[in-house]
Amino acid sequence: MNLQKPIAAREGAAIRNPVHALVRWRDEFKQIFSARVREQQLGFRRSWYLGALTLGCFSIQIVTGLLLMLYYHPSIPQAYLDMKDLQFVVSSGVFLRNLHRWSAHAMVFLVFAHMAKVFYRGAYRPPRELNWVVGVCLLLLTLLASYTGYLLPWDQLSYWGTTVGSSIISSTPYIGEKLRFILLGGHSVNANALLRFYVLHVVILPLAVILLVSVHLWRLHKDGGMYDEHEHPANKP
Amino acid sequence: MKEEQKKKESARVDDNAFLSRRQFFIKLGSGSLVLAGAGATVFAVQYLSPNVLYEPSPVVSAGRPDRFPANSVTFDPRFGIYIVHEAKGFYAMSAVCTHLGCMTVWKQDAGVIACPCHGSDFRVDGTVIRGPAPRPLPWLKTWLASSGDIVVDRSSQIRPESEYIQA
Repeated sequence: MNLQKPIAAREGAAIRNPVHALVRWRDEFKQIFSARVREQQLGFRRSWYLGALTLGCFSIQIVTGLLLMLYYHPSIPQAYLDMKDLQFVVSSGVFLRNLHRWSAHAMVFLVFAHMAKVFYRGAYRPPRELNWVVGVCLLLLTLLASYTGYLLPWDQLSYWGTTVGSSIISSTPYIGEKLRFILLGGHSVNANALLRFYVLHVVILPLAVILLVSVHLWRLHKDGGMYDEHEHPANKP
Repeated sequence: MKEEQKKKESARVDDNAFLSRRQFFIKLGSGSLVLAGAGATVFAVQYLSPNVLYEPSPVVSAGRPDRFPANSVTFDPRFGIYIVHEAKGFYAMSAVCTHLGCMTVWKQDAGVIACPCHGSDFRVDGTVIRGPAPRPLPWLKTWLASSGDIVVDRSSQIRPESEYIQA
């Protein structure tokens, strides 16, 4: 039972005082974790904050990505020129672009590190097995977001990177060629492919990530909050 | 009471004479969902496959035969093909690596066709010397147009060493 929860929040009464509203918001936020949390569990040593840091990187991606979208047209050859403009003409453009790029690299790294940490602590075990599966889906979405974003600068590196990547897809048994054709919207990496990757990168994949992160945090709460190895049945004497 | 009802329902199914009303509607409902799902999948695949493509034509003109001296390999970066002129005549070959689709280049000094991405090497006839490439570079359908140009159809492959054109 959650005894820390304020009565007003429990009964859903309207809160007019802004300070109370802030307090309530803080209390609601705390409920990502279970009602009773050991201070140690929230410390750096247990989780290295890898999940939270990944989410932080994702927020940076959203903010910088939205700003980059204001100067980027997903068309040929405008995409490459816009990317160059962002680097040399737009004020702070080079900063935003590099922030987006490095934060993307960091996010991929942190997602793997988070997964490894969860794995080696044994935190994936029941009752958290569903959340592990959700996490694997989030890993795949992160990699897909990274892959689709790689094409958008439309330079030699991204063109050939996507050519190689889509050739790998076409080696799927039976439906490989069709899959590649649908993904690229043609037989080669071209204007259609750029547009499709853009839509995937800025709309479909981020929405899917937001949805699954919500499920991930909801399950974290429902499965008893932060993992505590001393409380897990398998580790009890 | 409920148990009795359940027993009755299952007894009715067991003799296969007819479905209960509930089971009929469950079958009807799930059947319609499967049908709608299949329809949506077909719709999605069809919508996502473009019917008209604004891609360059696969049939290209490589130029007049006298552009290619005897015993030479010429890389045409515009079309991603090689025009080879050897003793038996001319032939055209795709320059797209059969490993993962990178553009290969002709190394005059070493006498090999090399892929910069993952290090595959090919002979002048397209066969693989080394590297991860699983297949030789394909030979392409080639003919002399009435204008006298060598024309290559990049979308149709032929058996290696099966056709040469003379000019």
